[in-house]
Amino acid sequence: MNRLFYPGFFSSSPVHIALVVGGISALVCGVVGTFAVMRGQSYAGHALADLSVTGGSASYLASISPLWGFAGMGVLAAGTMDMIGVRNQRGRDLATGIVRGAGLGLAALFLYWDTLRTSTTGASITILFGSMFTIGNAAIPLVAAFGLPALFIVGLLFRPLLLSSVSADLAAARGVRIRLAGLACLVAIALAVSLAAMTVGAILSTALLVGPAAIALRLTSTPGRATIAAAAIAVAATWLGVLLAYDSFTWPPSHDGWPVSFFIVALIFVAFLIAQPVGRRRIRQVEG
Amino acid sequence: MTPAAVGSDPVDGQLLAVDGVSVRLGGRQILDEVRFTINPGELVGLIGANGAGKTTLLRVILGLQPTTAGRVLIDGTAVSASRRGLVGYVPQKIQLDPDMPVRARDLVGLGLDGNRLGIPLPSRRRRQLVDEMIDAVDARAFANQRVGNLSGGEQQRIMIAHALISRPRLLLLDEPLANLDIRASNEVIALLARIAREQQVSVLISAHEMNPLLPVMDRVVYLAGGRAASGTTDEVIREDVLSNLYGYHVDVLNVHGRLLVVGHADDRFEILAGDESAAAPGHPDHAETPAGHQ
Repeated sequence: MNRLFYPGFFSSSPVHIALVVGGISALVCGVVGTFAVMRGQSYAGHALADLSVTGGSASYLASISPLWGFAGMGVLAAGTMDMIGVRNQRGRDLATGIVRGAGLGLAALFLYWDTLRTSTTGASITILFGSMFTIGNAAIPLVAAFGLPALFIVGLLFRPLLLSSVSADLAAARGVRIRLAGLACLVAIALAVSLAAMTVGAILSTALLVGPAAIALRLTSTPGRATIAAAAIAVAATWLGVLLAYDSFTWPPSHDGWPVSFFIVALIFVAFLIAQPVGRRRIRQVEG
Repeated sequence: MTPAAVGSDPVDGQLLAVDGVSVRLGGRQILDEVRFTINPGELVGLIGANGAGKTTLLRVILGLQPTTAGRVLIDGTAVSASRRGLVGYVPQKIQLDPDMPVRARDLVGLGLDGNRLGIPLPSRRRRQLVDEMIDAVDARAFANQRVGNLSGGEQQRIMIAHALISRPRLLLLDEPLANLDIRASNEVIALLARIAREQQVSVLISAHEMNPLLPVMDRVVYLAGGRAASGTTDEVIREDVLSNLYGYHVDVLNVHGRLLVVGHADDRFEILAGDESAAAPGHPDHAETPAGHQ
């Protein structure tokens, strides 16, 4: 037992916080990510992740929790992308690209100021790659407060979002207000990405959003099951990542521990590779 | 005689009355005083080349496209959000990724409550309704497969079940026969004719190719350059009516039971309807050109 859970794992306060914050974030990312992938909004997710760097680095300057910056900037960007216009795939990608470029420019400026002016060491690393063992207790209610609205949006709009991802025409004919539903979904994605940014860092946050969802879509046969499976995969990868990172303090080269983000993203990637052939076989079985 | 007046005038009691509908978009007249009616249980073909305004007309009937003039009455009342349940819709070619975990039966179920909020709870009644509708379109064999893995004909049947499960009185289908082989096409036509007869649902099918529909159509609405002529096939597919509609002389030829509409413009012959080439992708505006000459 000690080989798997090194002494002190269950009594360590930073580990508790990491498990709770990571667990909530992963749950939200799995659920929202399933819809992001089905609706072809993975690219928007990437852009929102990049933009959360801008928000995160700004909140360091203002000395508030980076989560405010991640989420605030994400929601603002979601609104901007919607305003610029989303008529077709090309228009959507273009709008996303423009907002993304402008945001990353600002991020470069803020990160520069962060390193010049603040006494916080490693602000850039924390924003970009996350630092789960340094999250304070105070973050937990905040994480829940940002996660619940995202889950609520997806729960409320489950069927309209599903129908419009099958066909926008079909949904419109049934009276679904497609644009409003699309904007709400984008806001949910922004919130999920901001939570992921707390967990694995802004740069890696889409891995948590898109990865588990992509695996689940391969392995399951209904939208409901895919959503549940994605959430389960995300939570499992995150908790296992926290465990491995804790254990890695005894690992070479320097016994300083490896970053949690690395483990989480690596686990998701390996699971994705394993799911490929399994999913292909499953789809063929369903066909026959 | 104006082309629009071939059929009877709108009368109360008809399921659908399209009454002088015009649509102008970006300076182009897409629909020009289109007028026709559909009775309960009738199967009507909406025939016209690509770009003739078929999809726009269907969107007007659905209440998705505002009109510049005219009105649409469904069961005697103007289209509105609350009357949407009366109209079922099968849009033009839906492309589904096989990776989407949406089974055929899931899509049929979304026809029942896809616009509702909240997470769907499984219920026996819902499952029973979905099963009944799957049987009605002979889709039991592939009901549990992903929609993205189905053939074109199978997808079309699932889309019809999706549109019918909410018990609409009018079913609109946008080019349901496009990209289907002859066998699948005939199966879909037979299914639609059966549904119209057995369930007393009026069916409006848009198509650029009228010949497959000739045996089952009660009436035809022929669109060219945004203008429409409607009536029985014998009333509409005639040289005088169609020449008037196109604005220049056209011949109607009967080749072994297949009807061909042939136009003569600028010393060139063009098959305007009745042949696949009439709707070839390279000639999207066959029908607009003559209208523009007027």
